[in-house]
Amino acid sequence: MKLDRRNFLKGTAATAGALFLGNLASDPKQTYAAQPIGSKSDHFAMLTDLTRCVGCRSCERACIKANNLPLPKVGFFADVSVFREKRRPDAQNLKVINSYENKKWKGPVYRMVQCNHCAEPACASACLVGALKKTPEGAVIYNEDLCIGCRYCMTACPFYIPAFDYFNAGSPAIRKCNMCYHRIVNGMTPACAEACGVQAITFGKRSKLIKLARERIRTGTDRYIDHIYGEHEVGGTDWLYISGVPFEELDFPMDLGTTPLPEYTRDFLSVVPFVLTVWPALFGGIYSISKRREQIAEGMDQKKKEDTKR
Amino acid sequence: MNEYAKQTHISRSWIIDRIFLGLTLGEYFKRLITPFNIGAGIIILVGLALIGIRFTEGLGAVTAASQEQPWGLFLGWGLFAGVPLSATGFVLGTAVYIFGIKEYHPVVKNAILIGLLGYLFAVIFLLVDLGRPWRLPYPMFVSFGTASVLFLVAWHVALYLTCQFLEFTPSICEWGGWKSLRKRALAITIGLTIFGIILSTLHQSALGAMFLLAPGKLHPLWYSPYIPALFLISAIAAGLCMVILASLLSEWFLKDQADTAYLVSLDKITLGLGTASSFVLITYFAVKIIALAHGNHWNLLMTSYGYLFLVELFIFTLLPSFLFVFAGRSGKVGLVQFTALLTIIGVIFNRLNVSLFALNWKLPHRDFFDWREFLILLAIVTIQILVYRWIVLRMPVLREHPEFKDEHMVTYT
Repeated sequence: MKLDRRNFLKGTAATAGALFLGNLASDPKQTYAAQPIGSKSDHFAMLTDLTRCVGCRSCERACIKANNLPLPKVGFFADVSVFREKRRPDAQNLKVINSYENKKWKGPVYRMVQCNHCAEPACASACLVGALKKTPEGAVIYNEDLCIGCRYCMTACPFYIPAFDYFNAGSPAIRKCNMCYHRIVNGMTPACAEACGVQAITFGKRSKLIKLARERIRTGTDRYIDHIYGEHEVGGTDWLYISGVPFEELDFPMDLGTTPLPEYTRDFLSVVPFVLTVWPALFGGIYSISKRREQIAEGMDQKKKEDTKR
Repeated sequence: MNEYAKQTHISRSWIIDRIFLGLTLGEYFKRLITPFNIGAGIIILVGLALIGIRFTEGLGAVTAASQEQPWGLFLGWGLFAGVPLSATGFVLGTAVYIFGIKEYHPVVKNAILIGLLGYLFAVIFLLVDLGRPWRLPYPMFVSFGTASVLFLVAWHVALYLTCQFLEFTPSICEWGGWKSLRKRALAITIGLTIFGIILSTLHQSALGAMFLLAPGKLHPLWYSPYIPALFLISAIAAGLCMVILASLLSEWFLKDQADTAYLVSLDKITLGLGTASSFVLITYFAVKIIALAHGNHWNLLMTSYGYLFLVELFIFTLLPSFLFVFAGRSGKVGLVQFTALLTIIGVIFNRLNVSLFALNWKLPHRDFFDWREFLILLAIVTIQILVYRWIVLRMPVLREHPEFKDEHMVTYT
């Protein structure tokens, strides 16, 4: 038996079939995988001046109201007992204020924790159904109607921000700050910025906020340290912070680097089309070789048999 | 007897033969009452009750998952460890059908069945763990998160599950007696195998690539640009070793379901797969060292996470690769089987390290898992074993079907 036309065609068809199926299956990935998940255009952003914050938590209350979340039992202005522990945003609270003792000033420094709205968000690139999106306005928003509850966004977020309803079996959702997107698109300021009585939170275009932050650092003599947190961290965030004490003393993660996190997986995804196109040819070829070798061996066996017969 | 009665009679005997192993209902259920089955039943009932709680009170009621550590044993075991251990069909299918190593042919059907069930139960673990499991088809049909590595994993696991089902279809057809369907299913073996290689190389490595997104969270000893390659290579080792171990277990517990050709081939196959595993493991060891050097994290080796890493590197990677060589040279089948177990434990250990223990290592306080989570896991694995046994007791997996005995290499003509 030898490699005749029929067998050749069969083998070719099998290889072509695998190639076709492989490409069909991967079509969406190939087309979009290389596209960046965010954009570097001038978004709306927020600037938090931690030297101004007095820890009144009006922003927390405004946030709860703007997002129709249940009101907590503890009071807001008077009750400082909440500062005894470091809190984090969860399913009921999208923004929290924590208090830090420091060497620079007598009073505590207050730090607010909420989504930082990365320019190229890891959570949005992690989401396999596109429930998390970076909007052209700058906010990273969440669509509960698409979420399947895999919680990869929580693993991906370098700031540990997205929270999940662990005690809701029917419709558990991810909860995080959406920069009051519903207010922004109607020309309003995010609720927390509007509620702040000491102008610790400023809303505006990112380029303007960076200029403002630089101006404050320059004119404030020793009031500020020379660092705008969020200007470059993980490729830049749309929530910026300036502070009087080093950010590491306020539990800001300092080892994030300046590379947008989605870039780390983009390289991997770009290998996909290569595997899809080269593997069928490669393994189809190996198959043909091993099959041919076998046919030759079979032929030799038959020859031997014939020889012994003679 | 009229035509209709004849037909129903045939179908009833078909059911009795194929489903109830030729016994009457009474006899069949009497036979089911064994100490093993009673134990398994209790484990499953407890697990189902806990799964009931999970679906009424939420994931928080049965797991230790937190806002910082969203994934636990369900994904750590079911997906991240379960998928590499199910590479059996992929590695054996490639060896037999593509590389033409015919001597492994007796175990290839078993390897495909183990792979098929492994992926099926990975999806079942996923269904328990997802917040809204009824939306599982969303990434396929509703909304495409194309920049996500998990999107690739979801598609590939779904496609590969289908692919492996088709690869196993000939055995199902032999059991059911559907000859023409069997022929058609056999005709696409090579195409399916190549498709399976594409899907497996991509999603096995993609499971590792998922963690590339969390550089600050995964401990530097495990975080590396090489993690996709490491996951793929170790999955090949896991697949080979699972076939070795499954062959041993079938020899112990399912001997009456196997034919002589299968049983006499096992020792030689075990030695061969052991030698192959030694090559794969030494490659894995080398890439792990390159990754360590590339990250320049030697200074972290003498920390508590470093000890975990060193155990993985020396006890679960280098030691088994030497043991495989030694056992292969001296023909010690038992040692190959022990080493296979060691390797499998090592791969599970690695996947749990990456997805659980070394992830979020900077957090001061962490709970890894809840006892209820562990009981659910035990119940699902028990169901998996029972489903495997149900199939092997009925379909020709460890044996050739007498009617089709001489045409088992049909794919080569």
